[in-house]
Amino acid sequence: MNRFAELLDRLAYEPGRNNKLRLLTAYFRETDDPDRGYALAALTGALSFKHAKPGLIRDLITDRADPVLFGLSYDYVGDLSETVALMWPKVSASHDRSSPLPPRSGGEGSGVGGVSARTAASAIAAPPPTPDPSPPRALRVEGGEKTIGHNNPPPPTLSEVVTTLRTLGKTELPRQLARWLDELDETGRWALLKLVTGAMRIGISARLAKTAAANLGDKDAHDVELMWPGLSPPYLDLFAWLEGRSEKPVNRDPTPFRPVMLAHAIEDADFANLDPADFIAEWKWDGIRVQAVSGRDERGHIQARLYSRTGEDITGSFPDLVPSLHLQGSSSFAIDGELLVLREGRVQTFNVLQQRLNRKVVSPKLIKEYPIHLRAYDLLGDDENDLRELPFIERRARLEAFIKKLDDARIDLSPTVAFDSWDQLTAARADPAQAGAGEDADAVEGVMLKRRDAAYLPGRPKGQWWKWKRDPHLIDAVLMYAQRGHGKRSSYYSDYTFGVWTSGEDGEQLVPVGKAYFGFTDEELLQIDRFVRRNTTEKFGPVRHVVHEPDQGLVLEVAFEGLARSPRHKSGVAMRFPRISRLRWDKPPREADRLETLERMLKSETGITAP
Amino acid sequence: MITHGHSDHARPGHGAVLATQETLDMMRLRYGDNFAGSTQAIAYGEELRLGDVKIKFHPAGHVLGSAQIAVTCKDTCIVASGDYKDASDPTCTPFEVVPCDVFITEATFGLPVFRHGNAADEVKKLLASVTLFPERAHLVGAYSLGKAQRVIALLREAGYDAPIYLHGAMEAITHYYQSRGVALGELRPAKGVKKADLAGTITLAPPSATSDIWTRRFPDPVTAFASGWMRVRARARQRGIELPLVISDHADWDGLTATIEATGAGEIWVTHGQEDALVHWCKTKGLAARPLDLVGYGDEDEHEPPPANEAEA
Repeated sequence: MNRFAELLDRLAYEPGRNNKLRLLTAYFRETDDPDRGYALAALTGALSFKHAKPGLIRDLITDRADPVLFGLSYDYVGDLSETVALMWPKVSASHDRSSPLPPRSGGEGSGVGGVSARTAASAIAAPPPTPDPSPPRALRVEGGEKTIGHNNPPPPTLSEVVTTLRTLGKTELPRQLARWLDELDETGRWALLKLVTGAMRIGISARLAKTAAANLGDKDAHDVELMWPGLSPPYLDLFAWLEGRSEKPVNRDPTPFRPVMLAHAIEDADFANLDPADFIAEWKWDGIRVQAVSGRDERGHIQARLYSRTGEDITGSFPDLVPSLHLQGSSSFAIDGELLVLREGRVQTFNVLQQRLNRKVVSPKLIKEYPIHLRAYDLLGDDENDLRELPFIERRARLEAFIKKLDDARIDLSPTVAFDSWDQLTAARADPAQAGAGEDADAVEGVMLKRRDAAYLPGRPKGQWWKWKRDPHLIDAVLMYAQRGHGKRSSYYSDYTFGVWTSGEDGEQLVPVGKAYFGFTDEELLQIDRFVRRNTTEKFGPVRHVVHEPDQGLVLEVAFEGLARSPRHKSGVAMRFPRISRLRWDKPPREADRLETLERMLKSETGITAP
Repeated sequence: MITHGHSDHARPGHGAVLATQETLDMMRLRYGDNFAGSTQAIAYGEELRLGDVKIKFHPAGHVLGSAQIAVTCKDTCIVASGDYKDASDPTCTPFEVVPCDVFITEATFGLPVFRHGNAADEVKKLLASVTLFPERAHLVGAYSLGKAQRVIALLREAGYDAPIYLHGAMEAITHYYQSRGVALGELRPAKGVKKADLAGTITLAPPSATSDIWTRRFPDPVTAFASGWMRVRARARQRGIELPLVISDHADWDGLTATIEATGAGEIWVTHGQEDALVHWCKTKGLAARPLDLVGYGDEDEHEPPPANEAEA
């Protein structure tokens, strides 16, 4: 457990992707089975322990610490798991300060050698052996079961923790957790609490963890992704294969995830080299990309799964779609498509769909008000056939036939956009409503171009698929605050909070409307960094208050994809995907945009979506 | 009477200063020859009398020359701890408990979440990182008076014998430590070294410099910070630290509480830090306690001499 804790600890601070990979791969190399497998499971979100709730952890600490001291500490640290990990009382009676004070080396200092406080403490005042605010009474109740502290039992291994938690009942959990917390060091305690409460938040995606595992055997992460649904913790077969000790594990999963094919963003210059006749165009729908897979298990029962584009199983969030994936008379299929909310046949915007994302509990009310729908782009497998090697045009023909056969209102075909020339497509993209998208045009975020002869290849192969987004919204906003970036950017002020004008109690004032930390070139970053350093009026911790007066300040042209109402922001609006598109050195701040402009945009985006 | 050379305890402009020779030397290094009207050096254990009042300096184990000051009048003894730590430190005289009636304690880490582990283990973490990333430079933020020299000494104790690089702002004070017989091995200025040559090396710098333009001369630097604050993740992340090293020159919670008990003092005055929690703890132990609420004292990082002229150098 301590080695795993050390890994989590290090990952939590490491900003760079490649360095994270190295730390992970090094861990997988140095750690034995089955610990490393459970670590991989924890990092990919394959573990969950239903009984471990924050309330339980709070109870554990309030049994052991002065509530005032706990309160002050929690206020200071701000994170429950961390506070508990740090202040968990030591069990052993002797202090674990490992090096006693050394004898003074001669020549240095000017006084006599001292006695350590601890030694003197027992000599003079004879205080209780532990300075803990309250005696660790809960630890002593267990009496006969296990002697704690005296024999210094070794800390639990990760495997011990995982296997025990899986079988442990709710009533036994607090005592077991307390025992482990006694045995672990503080990083171990922090990791344990993060692990059991499932709130890791250390910036590691499942994909990154799998890539790190693949790197162990110089394998492609796609291969791991492909076999992943068939594997289960602690992944002994996977590691055996990665280390060249056995054959590649066969994915016996009836509903495997297939790595997704992605598109490149097209630039104006690309069109000159492309022939319109080679391509088919579709709308780019502003939903979430998913893969719907159906198959039969060994007993012939139909299984259906919904995966996110990274291969995460999201079936549980969309139970209303699952029955539509049970196609009688078909042994298996895999559809690549977009998840959308449809109301009375009309596609809703992403803002509406968002209400259905990341939900643990899906209520009947939610299902009724946000009916989910699958718009099919591609057919990757049909019965026993893997269609991915076929050209797109053939897969499309099979998809059309398949959707017809399926005949389900919840699943439909992504329509194509007819065009003969790039000019025609440009016009369609500029006005989707007139070009076939009709009333659904608000949910169109651009067009997709797919080569007629393109096979379905994982990742982002060159020249096969292109995405051509609609032009983003643009506003001119004023730079208000700047913060340092992370990693390579830690010496630059690269995170910017910007605002627009509004009429407040004190007259015209700027209200923050968003934050952006990319979109600029390296040269522009240097310029803004210099501007921030020379025009800071105040500092609040890591944040610099940058001058923003009507005649003094920097105007940023900010591009963004959409707006949503947000009670969390003072301005009441939140931007989707904001980035700096230009620096407007030429523009005085007083000429920047106003909040009313954003509110108008918001009305036109969400006017029809309020639930 | 000045306990030690950190700028939140030692300021220039006093009429007369009584302090250990090291503290006086450091004040002179930082503030110039005319930092005080007159100065008088006192050794640990030496007693001075002023009328009915006896004054004695005792080692505080905080930095080189740091002292607790005991003032006794008739039957009452008051000890002002200054900053102190009861953990091992190869660069200064170990802390000594001074029995007294009133103990004025610091409280920089006066919350039970602050329990500093063994500093040698933190240095091992740093060395492991240097091994893992041999093509990157490691920048260790450390207060230039005391912490930097302790980290260097700990690195040497751990067997690291390569040259260690220094930010310009800490050269003078580090050389002063060497002149007082503290063995620190080969030290080099980071200034003027080619970027590629800094791969795989360790450089000590003031905390504020580790996130400044100055860092751009290093190859893909790993930013470390040696401080007791690094116990709390949010503190480390807020500063953009990748490798937090919990190495503190202050007593941790256990050290503060054990020391308070060991002095046998019945009354505790708390200053410089998290007073509330420590005052609360004292009261639960039946000790009279109150915060001193001094304004403008605390984290010495805030008072670190600005490395501004260093930044572009």
